Amino acid sequence: MERDSLRTGGAEAGGVGVQLVVRPAVLAAIRKHVEAAYPEEAPGGLLGTVRDDTLVEVVDAVASANAREDERRRRYLIGPDDVLALERRASAAGLQVVGYYHSHPDAPARPSAFDREHAWPWYVYLIVGVVGGRALEARAWRLSDDREEFQALTIGEGEPVTIDTEDS
Amino acid sequence: MSQITVIIPTPLRGYAEGQDSIVVNAGTVAEALTELTSRYSELSRHLYSEDGQLRSFVNIYLNDEDIRYLEGRDAAGVQAGDEIRIVPSIAGGVATAPEVKDVEFTQEEMRRYARHLILPEVGPEGQKKLKQARVLLIGAGGLGSPASLYLAAAGVGTLGLVDFDVVEHSNLQRQIVHGTSDVGRLKLESARDRLLDVNPEIEVETHEVRLSSDNALEILTEYDIVVDGTDNFPTRYLVNDACVLLGKPNVYGSIFRFEGQVSVFHAKQGPCYRCLYAEPPPPGLAPSCAEGGVLGVLPGIIGTLQANETIKLILGAGDPLIGRLLLFDALRVRFRELKLRKDPECPICGENPTVHKLIDYEVFCGIREAEVEQRGLEAGVPIITASELRARLDAGDPIRVIDVREPHELNICKLDEAELIPLGQFPSQISRLVGGNDEIVVICRSGRRSAYAVRLLQDAGFTEAYNLTGGLLAWSDEVDPTMVKY
Repeated sequence: MERDSLRTGGAEAGGVGVQLVVRPAVLAAIRKHVEAAYPEEAPGGLLGTVRDDTLVEVVDAVASANAREDERRRRYLIGPDDVLALERRASAAGLQVVGYYHSHPDAPARPSAFDREHAWPWYVYLIVGVVGGRALEARAWRLSDDREEFQALTIGEGEPVTIDTEDS
Repeated sequence: MSQITVIIPTPLRGYAEGQDSIVVNAGTVAEALTELTSRYSELSRHLYSEDGQLRSFVNIYLNDEDIRYLEGRDAAGVQAGDEIRIVPSIAGGVATAPEVKDVEFTQEEMRRYARHLILPEVGPEGQKKLKQARVLLIGAGGLGSPASLYLAAAGVGTLGLVDFDVVEHSNLQRQIVHGTSDVGRLKLESARDRLLDVNPEIEVETHEVRLSSDNALEILTEYDIVVDGTDNFPTRYLVNDACVLLGKPNVYGSIFRFEGQVSVFHAKQGPCYRCLYAEPPPPGLAPSCAEGGVLGVLPGIIGTLQANETIKLILGAGDPLIGRLLLFDALRVRFRELKLRKDPECPICGENPTVHKLIDYEVFCGIREAEVEQRGLEAGVPIITASELRARLDAGDPIRVIDVREPHELNICKLDEAELIPLGQFPSQISRLVGGNDEIVVICRSGRRSAYAVRLLQDAGFTEAYNLTGGLLAWSDEVDPTMVKY
């Protein structure tokens, strides 16, 4: 069995001091989804709990269909009906939709200007860079109040860490 | 006016005092939203764009019906007990540039590109492709100058430039995008002004950074094609690896003295730079143009070949130099072509790649190690400064000054007091120096070669041997500004 790792990070100077905790199995499921969808972008919802101002915990990831009909290799869309369905699913499980993930095919796990223009505040945006069909890097971001920038969130325990996942 | 409940989605509750619903008095959906944002002004920024339109990812539902499908849309009337729900769409994606569906040319552009438009291989379709293309040039120097000028003239719509240097006099012999009046300016600014003068229809994006593993993917991802005009191995491997990881073609060129090379590395279709050169040469073995010199017109030839390949890639015309390495010898005026094969063992583009992300290319190329070694050597030998040497020579102290540069370098500048022993002959000449009681000062251009020579003298038992620290460059700075720097 090949052991492999998806690098996660986001703790950079000027980070907002918010920590995102993602269970390894959830990260593995996200990875499987975005790699299968490559070279198209793949989005989904992050279900979990906002513990307080400094800690967001993700316990489940739900794949969504990419509602875009064109430019699916560089654009994704989760329509309002799917968003409402995700919220119903979360509240039935006693959770919240705390954010969304999406992949950047052949591009870094950093938000584009397009991501920022379309972003909501408060939600955590987890971006996975998929290069050549392999998910290499995951980083988490949150929009600033003035919409001017995305701020990096720390994933896991602190400094960028490697979370080992097993390919099944 | 009726009492309406507006349901606030979780991401916006922080801007509405944490409430999940708010009761407002309104007669229409629009009035309800106006009432809402006048009470909680922070909400506006997230709901409306700067031109006052509802943002595309904000959906308004009236009793579970998207108002986009209602008659009158946000002018739709509301009744007491109705519920308005703000529902997010979630959208995003990789690149920022909108996909250009169709490009129209102005009369001016038609005139400008007339000679292209009548070529069947280009024509209006090809010219549109050029206008939509985004090309990144790494380096606005010898190769980047002609490449960027011709790409700008050809109508490549967006040119990105990466550089952090300032224009110097020694650049003007070949870097024709810069002029004499630009000396001292940032190369980026000088090049941008010139390119926009050549063709004001294009966009020039400048990146004033040293390309590194931290920023390369972010910068390169915004472009279709990368033109590598770098002058050092760490950046060349960095550009190669970033292009392979991003799946982008890398139009490569390199020059040295009278010879140049061109190829197109596009790992999806052929070999990459690592397939050609798996390992960098040891530092110091391959001299740079600054050390070894270069014929000024050579980058003109190689850089325009790079522009040619770039334009062909954009047009999809002809046979690209993928899998072929073109060698040019300016003295003999010979072009030779080598066939390149993709290395199945290539660590980044082979069948089982081991490199999946950018690494530290200075370490990879042994630069750090060599620098530490050089610094150790330079720190480990006794030194004399240029001003001290001048003072002691003026005082008539018995000092023997030995210049270890190559004979042709003396034609550029020299110290009258110095005798020449080129470094290559130095070990065999040491015995000739034995027996003298004079102190010895060894000099070269920068103080690197002379440090090595002083070490040889120490090893041979000399105790009164000194290195002119900073070399003749320091002499020019401290003692004699008329001493030519090279």
